Amino acid sequence: MAARANDVWKVYGSGEAQVAALRGVNAEFERARFTAIMGPSGSGKSTLMHCLAGLDSVTRGTIHIGDTAVTGLGDAGLTKLRRDKVGFIFQQFNLLPTLTALENILLPLSIAGRKPDKEWLDTVIDTVGLRDRLGHRPAQLSGGQQQRVACARALASRPDVIFADEPTGNLDSRAGAEVLGFLRRSVAEYQQTIVMVTHDPVAASYAGRVIFLADGQIVSELIEPTPETVLDTMKKLDGLAEAGL
Amino acid sequence: MLRATLKSLLARKVRLVLSGLAVVLGVMFVSGAFVLTDTLGRSFDTVFSDAYAGTDVGVSAKPKIDVGEMEGMEVAGTFPASALEQVRGVSGVASATGLAAADGARVIGSNGKVLTSVGAPQFGSNWTGESGQVELREGRGPTADNEVAVNGAVAKAAKLAVGDRVGILTLQPKREFTVVGIFGYGGDRDSLGGAQEVTFTERAAQELMLGQPGVFSELSVKAADGVDPAKLRDDIAGTLGDGYVVKTGEQLSEDASAGLKEGLAFFNNILLGFAGVALFVGIFLILNTFSIIVAQRTRELALLRAIGAGRRQVIGSVLVEAVAIGLVASVLGLGAGIGVGALLAYVFGQTAGGLQLAGLGVPPAAVISSFAVGLVVTVIAAVLPAMRAARIPPVAAMQDVATPDRPLTKISVAGAVVSAIGGTLMAFGLSGTGGNTLLTILGGVLLCFIGVALLTPLISRPVVGLLGRLFSWSVPGKLGRLNSGRNPRRTAITAAALMVGIALVTGVTVILDSAKSSITALAEDTIQAELVISGAQTGPRPPSFDPAVLDQAAEVPGVAMVAGLYGDRAVVGGKQGWITATSSVPALREIYRATPTAGSIDSLGPNQLLVDSKTAKDRGLSVGDTVPVQLSRGDAQNYTLTGIYAESELFGGFVIPASAAANFAVPQPTQAYLKLAPGASVDQVMPRVETLLADSPEVSVADRADFIEQQAGQLDGLLTMIQILLALAIVIAVLGIVNTLALSVLERTRELGLLRAIGLRRGQTMRMITVEAVVISVFGALLGVAVGAGLGAAVVRALREDGITNLVLPWSEMGLFLGLAAVVGVVAAVLPAIRAARLNVLGAIAHE
Ligand SMILES: Nc1ncnc2c1ncn2[C@@H]1O[C@H](COP(=O)(O)OP(=O)(O)O)[C@@H](O)[C@H]1O
Ligand SMILES: [Mg+2]
Repeated sequence: MAARANDVWKVYGSGEAQVAALRGVNAEFERARFTAIMGPSGSGKSTLMHCLAGLDSVTRGTIHIGDTAVTGLGDAGLTKLRRDKVGFIFQQFNLLPTLTALENILLPLSIAGRKPDKEWLDTVIDTVGLRDRLGHRPAQLSGGQQQRVACARALASRPDVIFADEPTGNLDSRAGAEVLGFLRRSVAEYQQTIVMVTHDPVAASYAGRVIFLADGQIVSELIEPTPETVLDTMKKLDGLAEAGL
Repeated sequence: MLRATLKSLLARKVRLVLSGLAVVLGVMFVSGAFVLTDTLGRSFDTVFSDAYAGTDVGVSAKPKIDVGEMEGMEVAGTFPASALEQVRGVSGVASATGLAAADGARVIGSNGKVLTSVGAPQFGSNWTGESGQVELREGRGPTADNEVAVNGAVAKAAKLAVGDRVGILTLQPKREFTVVGIFGYGGDRDSLGGAQEVTFTERAAQELMLGQPGVFSELSVKAADGVDPAKLRDDIAGTLGDGYVVKTGEQLSEDASAGLKEGLAFFNNILLGFAGVALFVGIFLILNTFSIIVAQRTRELALLRAIGAGRRQVIGSVLVEAVAIGLVASVLGLGAGIGVGALLAYVFGQTAGGLQLAGLGVPPAAVISSFAVGLVVTVIAAVLPAMRAARIPPVAAMQDVATPDRPLTKISVAGAVVSAIGGTLMAFGLSGTGGNTLLTILGGVLLCFIGVALLTPLISRPVVGLLGRLFSWSVPGKLGRLNSGRNPRRTAITAAALMVGIALVTGVTVILDSAKSSITALAEDTIQAELVISGAQTGPRPPSFDPAVLDQAAEVPGVAMVAGLYGDRAVVGGKQGWITATSSVPALREIYRATPTAGSIDSLGPNQLLVDSKTAKDRGLSVGDTVPVQLSRGDAQNYTLTGIYAESELFGGFVIPASAAANFAVPQPTQAYLKLAPGASVDQVMPRVETLLADSPEVSVADRADFIEQQAGQLDGLLTMIQILLALAIVIAVLGIVNTLALSVLERTRELGLLRAIGLRRGQTMRMITVEAVVISVFGALLGVAVGAGLGAAVVRALREDGITNLVLPWSEMGLFLGLAAVVGVVAAVLPAIRAARLNVLGAIAHE
């Protein structure tokens, strides 16, 4: 198991203004699998991902990355966890503007003081297709290229899990498809584990499994999804929600 | 619009406080200077109105030579006792007292040294009874010539009681007296304004303080009841005729106080110098802060423009902010200035031997100048950023904030032009052809600074890159280096602020070290004496010693020649200048290796004088000419020029025989050079000369090397003082670095969040910020050292004619400054680094 959430609650604020973003989430993320987390806006997708990745603390429950219990780690422990076991791809602003593409890719390794595995690095760079852009700075790259650099950076250190929060949210459909295809290949060919938050059914269909969140709870799950099945499930959930009202 | 401005102002108070702090400091020194001079001035007024309390009209004689405040001692004129009888005969005079008073009664304390006095006079006079404010505390007034009464300040400092014996130096060498009385002043004060006072019998005072029996230096007249002092003054003046100065007591006290206040101007100038440097550096800081604020507010300002605000309104909104900061800084600075003024006045009062301070005063000038300076400086600094803000197009509201880096061409050309003008102005000033040379030089230096500051962004690219490589061995170091190169303008202004202080310190060090080295080299080359008798001068009066020592020293086995030197100001041929008297012309000639260019310099008879070739040429003098000479005492006399010697850097001017020195302000030798016989040993001769000086505690004997070092070392104190002054500029520059870093951390919140998310440790984050700070500050120091060395070298080059022939670059100090700058960077980074490390990762990533 690459990551696991047991009865995770996340409550923001207190008293009147209290919001329970996650209410007893149980989820497991297998190794070498591409999992998408879907759900309407405000359903708690980002919160779940942040908790899983050790970026945010949980109110109740436990999180494990590999064998490491994330809940209970201090800042130093969390930093080490993020550095050695987790990779990130954010929706935007993934790269340091002062560094070249290659330097950005190598950044987590340099921070950790680890030597890059030359062969793996070549593979990653070729997979994302950025060999001729390695010396460029982020400002000289398109949005899609920037996200691919971010993917390569996340992959370069071969983390236990890569968490991606709407990685294609800012891209047009073609650039988005490139990035998603690349993520899927890294799972299929290199046994990378990826957890991706998205609200786009097409993006979700690239994953091998989709879990659906609503109001901070997991309400459904699809294996080997297609855009159509994802859309259907979403509609169904919407219908349930409306009926519930 | 105004409300929007003020709201955003409050939202950014921390950074405004930081940048405003420089203005606060500058204003503090301005207002502090005014408060100090006002408070001390009024304290002096009280002292003198007390000192002249018993005097309705005062009579004195014009001095023979008018000596300026900072040039040396002035000797009061004297008049015969018959004047006293004349005044007593004037109708309306109740009583008249003759005073034989002068500065220079130096009491020898229990440690064998002369009592020190910081600026306050050491009066010696005749005892005139308990008049005015004077109150006997113990004993009686002196009745015999070997008796004295002393004031409380002297008694305390020398630990004297009635009946004790005490040695006193006057115009005469040391004499012993018995203390028969101790007196104080109204209000149980030990002293008026810190002055030390010794009173003798009238005859002793005339001989010891005025150098002539039967004369007075002052008359204190009391008017009969109902007589107007001003009328009495006119009557007395009419009776005495020309040559006398007659004033009312009120005038006298005002004049005396005004004289001292002139001396205070010196303090004022130091404080205003502080203020100038602080404010100059402060301008850089505020300029930077406003630039960053405008950059950060691009969207907000564009939005204002989009919804209809005009350019003027945008400029106005930035300037309103500047005015607000300026006002707050002025108020704070004024408050701090009052504190500093009060503190300095207190310290001054203590060191001046217990000057009773008048109540603290805040003159209107302090308030007005505080606000004027605070506002003007802040607004000037904000003008450029405000104009830039006005150029933001409304569409920027809809676009991404990323403003492209503007090219540096314009600013660099401007920098080159300004530097060139500054350099020319400096060269012009240094060559001495301009009218007001010092102002020209300062203006040139100022322009050079501004020019270099404008060029700094251009220089920063390669230099910061190179410097940064030093720290690039670790990832945080590399990130820090890249960050410091990211915004050349911002880095440049921050570094330039540091540059100013360090350049000034370096420049001054170059000049003083060069002067020191040149003087030392010259003295080692020129002075041919193995031993020198001299003392350290602390006030206007040079230390002196018993002339008998000269003859006794010549008798010491092993001593071949002794040249005693006396110095004073004199009017020679209608022009005031320095004059030297010597006990032995042949010895002097030998010791300075002087060579004659006309006439003979082998001997000097009475009323004969020598002069150096340069002065002779300037004045058109040749051997055989008759020159009238007026000394501090006595009447003018005609001298014959008998010899001209080749000018040298170390010795010059008019030389007359020692017999004439009796009419000098200090009629005793102030220096003596001893040349030893071949084969005589310094170690054997020195202790014997030392014993001769037992009764001359103001001087000591040193071998040649020590003497030269002492002379050159006089510059060290000056250097230290200037370095301390300029440390302030550096402190302000540190504030600038803190400010820039804090803003950078804020700006890069998301970046920091990303770095932390992918595993940058807290310690590494801090290191990254620290490297950025160190790179900026070392860059500033590097610039400062280079600019300072350049400026210093230029000045030294210009002073070559004046004998500063060696250019000494203080490498070790310059290295030290660089090292200090690195430390400064580390210190400046502490708070911003902690802030960056504490950043909440999630919050940072979501940061807008
Ligand atoms: N820092 C926060 N403070 C308070 N409420 C929050 C915070 N972050 C998220 N929430 C709330 O938690 C819920 C889930 O948010 P989020 O996980 O961002 O949803 P999603 O990513 O699915 O759109 C929302 O109702 C949101 O308002
Ligand atoms: Mg979200």
